[in-house]
Amino acid sequence: MQIFLPIADLPVNIFLILGMGIAVGFVSGMFGVGGGFLLTPLLIFIGITPAVAVASVTGHIAASSFSGALSYWRRRAIDPALAFVLLIGGMTGTVAGVSLFTWLRSYGQLDLTIALSYVVLLSGVGGAMLWESAGAIIRARRGQAPTLRRPGSHNWVHGLPLKLRFKKSKIYLSIFPVLAIGVFIGFVGAILGIGGGFILIPLLIYVLRVPTGTVIGTSMVLTLVTMAFSVVLHAITNHQVDAVLALILMIGGVIGAQFGARAGQRISSEQLRLLLGLLILAVGVRFAIELTIRPEEMFMVRALEPGA
Amino acid sequence: MRRLGAIAVAAGLLGAALATDARAERLIASVSNHRVTITPEYSGDELVLFGSIERDADTPPNRTNYDLVVTVTGPRMTMMTWRKQKRLGIWINTDSREFLNVPAYLAVFANRPINLLASAETQRRQQLGLNNFILTQRVSGDYADVVPGDPFRAAFVRLRTQHGLYREVSNAVTFLTPTLFRVGIPLPSEVPTGTYDIDIKLFANGTFITRTETAFEIVKVGFEQFVAETARRNGLLYGLVTALMALTTGWLASVIFRKD
Repeated sequence: MQIFLPIADLPVNIFLILGMGIAVGFVSGMFGVGGGFLLTPLLIFIGITPAVAVASVTGHIAASSFSGALSYWRRRAIDPALAFVLLIGGMTGTVAGVSLFTWLRSYGQLDLTIALSYVVLLSGVGGAMLWESAGAIIRARRGQAPTLRRPGSHNWVHGLPLKLRFKKSKIYLSIFPVLAIGVFIGFVGAILGIGGGFILIPLLIYVLRVPTGTVIGTSMVLTLVTMAFSVVLHAITNHQVDAVLALILMIGGVIGAQFGARAGQRISSEQLRLLLGLLILAVGVRFAIELTIRPEEMFMVRALEPGA
Repeated sequence: MRRLGAIAVAAGLLGAALATDARAERLIASVSNHRVTITPEYSGDELVLFGSIERDADTPPNRTNYDLVVTVTGPRMTMMTWRKQKRLGIWINTDSREFLNVPAYLAVFANRPINLLASAETQRRQQLGLNNFILTQRVSGDYADVVPGDPFRAAFVRLRTQHGLYREVSNAVTFLTPTLFRVGIPLPSEVPTGTYDIDIKLFANGTFITRTETAFEIVKVGFEQFVAETARRNGLLYGLVTALMALTTGWLASVIFRKD
C-alpha cells in the first residue's frame, strides 16, 4: 500500500516503513538502546533526504524512550537530580545542534557531515564494544574471572569542583562533567537523529560511575527530553519533520521493542554487547564505503525554500 | 541581467513584428481539466490537451504540413544544484549553482523532433525544447543562461527528467486530422502544486505562424497536504503536536504492554 509522505515529498510503501520500525524496535528492545543510529541510516538508504530522516527519527525516539522511561519511573530506577543536571546540558546541546544543522543545510554540507559523523561515531563505539565484549567472552571461555570493575574508585573526573550529591545514585560529583555529557549528547542527537543511549550509558557508567540500577532509566529521561525538544526545534527552523513518517515508525518501533526485549533476555550480556557492537560497526562501515566510492550521481538538486 | 533584458526586448520586438503579419491560421486549444486535484492516492495522471488549427481565406492553400510545439511550464522555483568532487579521499559537495525562478515542471511536446521542424536560430528564438529553454543561473553574482552543454545545466535537466518533472517528447502531439490535434500531458505523483501555463506554437515549413496559451491548475487536497501546509506555516504548533503525538504513542505502548 503506497502512502504519500507530506514532508519527505515521496510516495513510500507503508509496510516497508512499518517493517523498518518493527525491525529497529526489535533491536532497540533487545539491546536497550533507542535505535536511532540504525533507523536514520535505513531511511537515508531508501531515499529519504538526510534532513527529513534525522528530523523525523527524533520523534520516533521520543516515543520509544517515553514508554521506556515510564516503566523505569514505576520501578523507581531514575535519579531525578542527575537527570535534571544532564537535561540542562542536553537542552543547550540540542539548541546548538539544531543551529549547526540549519547552517550546514544552507551550505549543502549537511549530508556529508551526517555521513562523516556516523563513520567516526559508529566505527569508534562499535569497535570499542566489539573489542571489550570479545575480550570478556574469551576470558569467560578460558575460565578466568572477569576483570573486576571498581565502581568506588575515583578518576580525574572526581577531582573537579562544584560538587553535588546525587542521592538516588549515591554519588558525589562535580556538575561539570555531567553538564558536558548532556551538551554532547544533545548536540550529537540533534544533528544525527540518534538518542545517543549507546554513547551515554557507557559514559555514565565508566566516567561518572553511576550505578547500574539508575543508569538506564536516567539516560532514557535525557533521551526523551532532548529528542522531544529537538522535534519541536527542527519543526520550527527547518520544517523537515515528517509527522506521518514519524508516526508509522513509532507504531512499528513500540511493537518491535516488546519482542526484542523478550529475545534479549535469552542471550548473555557479553554476547548482546558483541552483537550490538557488530551492528554499530557495520552501519559505520557502510557509511564509510558510501563516502569513498565514486558516486553514481555527481550532482544533487535541492529546492530552496521560499524566502530562504 | 543585462543580457536577459536584451533577450526580452528582442522577443518583444519579434512578437510585435509578427503581429503585423497577416495571420492566416488561428489556434484553438483546451485542456480536459482546468483544475487537477491530487489526492493522497494519486500516483500520476495524464491531462489531455485538444486543439484545432483554424484556416481561413488568407491561408495559402498548399500549406498543410503543420508542426506544433507545446511547452508546459509549472510554478517557478529557485533551485540549487551541487556538484561532488573527491577531496581527501571522500566525495563532497564542492561547487554549486543557483537556478533562479526556473519552472518546477517543464514539458515540451512536439509532433516530430524539434531539430527537424525549425532552424537552430528559430529554435533558440522561440525557446523550443529543453535545450533552448532559458534557465537563468546565478554564477557568483552574475546572472546568465549558459550553453546547453554546461555541466550544471545538463545535470539539473537530467535530474529533473529522472523525476518525470522535465521532459521532452518529440512524438507526443498526434494529429487526428490534418488540423485537429491532441497531446497527453503526464503529471507524475511528485508534481508540484500551482498554476501551469501551456504555450502552443504552430509552425509550417520551419516558420513560426501563430501561438496560443492556456493554463491549468494543480491543487493537492487531503490530509497530507494539510500536514505539509501546517509544517510550513505553523512550525511551532506542528512541532508541539508531533512531540505530543510521540509522547502519546510511548505512553499507550507502556500501558498496553505493561508487564509489572
